[in-house]
Amino acid sequence: MALTIKEVEHVAMLARLSLSQQEKETFAVQLGTILEYASTINQLNTDGVEPLDHILPVFNVFREDQVEPSAPREEILSNGPLIEDGQYRVPKIL
Amino acid sequence: MELYELTLHELLTLHNNKQASSEEIVNSIFKRIHQVEGDVKAFISLDEDTARQKARAADSEKWPGKIAGMPFGLKDIFCTRGLKTTCASRMLENFVPTYDSTAGARLNAAGGVLIGKLNMDEFAMGSSTEQSAFFATHNPWDLTRVPGGSSGGSAAAVSADEVPFALGTDTGGSIRQPAAFCGVVGLRPTYGRVSRWGVIAYASSLDQVGVFSKDVEDCALVMNLIAGRDPRDATSLEVEVPDYTAYLDAGIKGMKIACPREYFGQGVDAGIQEAVKKALQKYEEAGAIVEEVSLPHSQYALPAYYLVATAEASANLARFDGVRYGLRDGQADNVIDMFSNSRSRGFGSEVKRRIMLGTYALSSGYYDAYYLKALKVRRLIYEDFQKVFNEFDLIVAPTTPTTAFKIGEQIGDPLTLYMNDILTVPVNMAGLPGISIPCGLLNGLPVGMQLIGKPFDEGTLIKAAYAYEEISGIRCLKPQQGVI
Repeated sequence: MALTIKEVEHVAMLARLSLSQQEKETFAVQLGTILEYASTINQLNTDGVEPLDHILPVFNVFREDQVEPSAPREEILSNGPLIEDGQYRVPKIL
Repeated sequence: MELYELTLHELLTLHNNKQASSEEIVNSIFKRIHQVEGDVKAFISLDEDTARQKARAADSEKWPGKIAGMPFGLKDIFCTRGLKTTCASRMLENFVPTYDSTAGARLNAAGGVLIGKLNMDEFAMGSSTEQSAFFATHNPWDLTRVPGGSSGGSAAAVSADEVPFALGTDTGGSIRQPAAFCGVVGLRPTYGRVSRWGVIAYASSLDQVGVFSKDVEDCALVMNLIAGRDPRDATSLEVEVPDYTAYLDAGIKGMKIACPREYFGQGVDAGIQEAVKKALQKYEEAGAIVEEVSLPHSQYALPAYYLVATAEASANLARFDGVRYGLRDGQADNVIDMFSNSRSRGFGSEVKRRIMLGTYALSSGYYDAYYLKALKVRRLIYEDFQKVFNEFDLIVAPTTPTTAFKIGEQIGDPLTLYMNDILTVPVNMAGLPGISIPCGLLNGLPVGMQLIGKPFDEGTLIKAAYAYEEISGIRCLKPQQGVI
């Protein structure tokens, strides 16, 4: 079943995507179809099954807190699309 | 015989015997690339000048190592210091990393010569390499067909003799499926076997770095170089790395092979089923014990995968916000619009679709029904494999339901395209190693056979895959049409 345009707009807002009207209409249908297929997992009884979010038997991995050289600031900043006075420039937030 | 046609181990032998210099090898590789690349379009970028310099340095022993002067390619998802890394996305079209991935750095440290960066589906999301923001890669066996994906450029480049080996990544089949479509060897190691540091993340609990090569021996050689713990990747485990070349013997007498009936069912081309069954017969004749088994939750792996993978992707790709790197929309006057507009311009439609799907699956009200449910199904899939591996050494099945399909054939229908992964995603969900090797041809196109192993037991996969090369005589398949 297709999603409503309103649902698509809500998810797009959460995902920080601005979609055109045509994209919204296409996604409403496509996501509906994919979710319907995904829902086949509901045929399975999973009562008492622990979710498996990670297959490795590791939980916290610790290391010594040692100071090491980091990458040069200029190099890192060189990929910034808009830089001013050695800082990232963004539109006004507050 | 041209140098570019050879495998890594053949090139190493020639080089060690002073019969070919690195410069000659690298020149031959670029000669081949200039000859076929217009048709294949495997590379997003070439690093020709640096590669020739490194080759000369290797010849004068200033670029030493186990594979000194040997050419290779990297999927454009591996960060390369000073060399553009795009992930086949407009978002990262001009991104120049300030560091190397660990896997790439290990190949450099071994004297490898990076030839260039290989095409892929944008952010590794796709099964055909048609989702690259730049151009589609063509299958060297038939230029009207896809090479598979997402590591389609890596598979096509090895198949077309443009590089002897390449690295790719496999989140739901992105190494094994293109390897099958292009008739090359593709190994996805166990989750945690190879460091993911410096590899742009798609779905962090499923992604793994692996190898494309022309034969199994090369796969073992490359695994020796890239496997093992990396302090920079907390999920790379401290598990001893064996010498994988020690497994290159064909003694498979008594090896217990499971053949899962769910992988030979509806939707899997009859010709492919037959080709793999013939291969299983050859294993039996060589002394292996082959028995049919059931992996009863197989059909639920794909729907669960598309929920888990997209949920993780929606979180991973949140970092692309137009601030620190990547495409930036300069028009917006508030920060939220700047994020949204930058992302909408930078991402292609499949990436947006998966971010939307994953965001939906994680959103309030749907989290339990989709994401959490999928993680429970994931455990059932994992336990299916565990049960089989209590009794068997490995599982053998087809890699893909069909051979390579036509370019454009499935592009309009996302769900049909997702179905290509139906035989490969269970391995990712369970974190297991899997290798695809060519096992024959169907209507002139390669058929891939998938070998699935126990966690951290890539050695048994290499042994069984090598044995198949020996007993079948199928090794280093070359396209008989398309690019010759």
